[in-house]
Amino acid sequence: MAFYLAFKEVWHSKGRFLLIASIVALITTLVLFIAALAEGLGDGNREYLEKLNGELIVYQDNSELSVSASRLGRSTLAEVRRVDGVADAGQVFFSSSTLEFLNGSEPLDVSLVGVEPGKPGEPPAYEGVGLSRDRANEAVLDRNVALRAGVEVGDTVIVKSVQGTEEERYPLTVVGISDGRQFFLQPSIFVPQLTWEKVSPQGDPDGAQGDLISNVIAVKIANPAQLDVMKARLEANVGDVEVADRVTAYEATPGYSAQQSTLNTQRYFTLLIGVLVIGGFFQIQTLQKVAQIGMLKAIGTTNAVVALAAAIQIVAVNTLGVFIGAAGSLLLSLTFPVEVPIVFTSQAVIPAVASLLIIGPLGGLVSVWALTRVEPLRALGLAQ
Amino acid sequence: MSVALRAENVTKIYGSGADAVTAVDNVSFEVNSGEFVALVGPSGSGKTTMLAMLAGLLSPSSGKIFIAGQEMSNMGDRQRATFRRQYIGFTFQQNNLVPYLSARDNVDLMLRLNKKPLRNGVVKSEEMLTRLGLEHRMHHYPSELSGGQQQRVAIARALIHEPAVVLADEPTASLDTTLAYQVVETFANLIHEQGRAGIMVTHDLRMAKFVDRVIQMQDGEIHRIINDRAEIDELASLSAALG
Repeated sequence: MAFYLAFKEVWHSKGRFLLIASIVALITTLVLFIAALAEGLGDGNREYLEKLNGELIVYQDNSELSVSASRLGRSTLAEVRRVDGVADAGQVFFSSSTLEFLNGSEPLDVSLVGVEPGKPGEPPAYEGVGLSRDRANEAVLDRNVALRAGVEVGDTVIVKSVQGTEEERYPLTVVGISDGRQFFLQPSIFVPQLTWEKVSPQGDPDGAQGDLISNVIAVKIANPAQLDVMKARLEANVGDVEVADRVTAYEATPGYSAQQSTLNTQRYFTLLIGVLVIGGFFQIQTLQKVAQIGMLKAIGTTNAVVALAAAIQIVAVNTLGVFIGAAGSLLLSLTFPVEVPIVFTSQAVIPAVASLLIIGPLGGLVSVWALTRVEPLRALGLAQ
Repeated sequence: MSVALRAENVTKIYGSGADAVTAVDNVSFEVNSGEFVALVGPSGSGKTTMLAMLAGLLSPSSGKIFIAGQEMSNMGDRQRATFRRQYIGFTFQQNNLVPYLSARDNVDLMLRLNKKPLRNGVVKSEEMLTRLGLEHRMHHYPSELSGGQQQRVAIARALIHEPAVVLADEPTASLDTTLAYQVVETFANLIHEQGRAGIMVTHDLRMAKFVDRVIQMQDGEIHRIINDRAEIDELASLSAALG
């Protein structure tokens, strides 16, 4: 009975219900794009650290987990490696650079990451091979670089950097391509540590340091379950360092938390707007229907049927809107170029869709409640 | 003839203490199956309040109302709703029909609510609507029907589920004279034919010519009950003559 009344009414007022479904669809699109943007921008900040093949990251003490503020030398690496329970460790060096391509693609700003071949910090190559030697003129590219510049394994890329006051260009051979490994909102290029020292921009071109200073050390521990124990042990046994797990590390990336919380606020507000829009629409509907509902109850329709019919309409219209919006967003996202930081992952889409599916019923609660309060006496023009 | 509806010393008092207003004061009457009764009186005479109590939409402050031998005052909301849809048929003055259901679906609604079959050889609602002269309006929505047509659809709905009692609130309020006579006459014929107990609240005494008895209310009390055919017809024609 409730289904019958619900669908007869929707069918009769198709236009009105379609209008509200399309508003839900637009809200869905907005929520999904914000979620995807949060994911995309988040990836840009955290991807490298999130996927790091080491559980812990060692920073210089008092660097506040800032990669750029931290400096660690070879002696610290040696100390880290001696700590009981450390399986392996590698220095990781970060700087920014501009990459030029021989195929005519636009130059690209990248994170230039120096890693020790075969040690934690080097990403696995999904195409081609990993870095071979400490000094090799080779690079492994983040797939974002490869996609944007149309570069393949075996091609040559040119690192442009300023040494002192001179602009230098270093050709490197692409030996491998990794999955997405962006850092500092830029796609990354990975080079062996000594190559990094040579090609990365520095103020003093002749500043041949005795020690090889990296920013952080990536640590792989023997038993990943002992994360906290190992963190404490490293801080106790190695001088002047602080240690963070991957999540803590990327959350400490400058701007990351601020950016994610801004986007989350937007997401929650959009959901709230959704609740209010749907709530408002159905509440107005209810107010318009008071006399009619009074009549239905007077002729013997139970409250349960009246409430259920409204609930069915709300859920159906909301669900339809969410699915139209979700399908539209996904189709639309296919047309976006790769550099737009919008990433639809199941972790981003599923919670967003789930929260959208509950905003309708949530918004409609008030009107369903209001419907149950309508007195059948209204049918006779009387009300208590 | 059996008693379909009985009101026993029914009183309704709104408010309490010094503000108390007695809308219906110690009213008793019976209506038999197959009998059509008009409940008449000026505004404020308590006739609509009486109708609401007969319909189980309002509880009497004291007294009892029996429909088909059952009393509704002890029932919960849900039970009352079920009782109403089984034993009572309604027509209202306004908002009579469900706007998103066609004429036929509006009539079928009572059968659906009662989980009764829609057909019995023929489609019951179509047969009833044809009887009421609406054979070409079955699939029209209420907004596409005139006031008289809407009232006739409501009459079909009030009778389709074979209720014991049919209650009509001012069925002629929005109709012109010719149409009003037609509608009430058809209504009266169906009530007599099908053996329902019909009660029509109206302030239009001209309609009395179609009823078997007139109960006149005034200030919440029964002022007069007119049973005599000649007297009823005289009242109706006098009323018609005066306009």
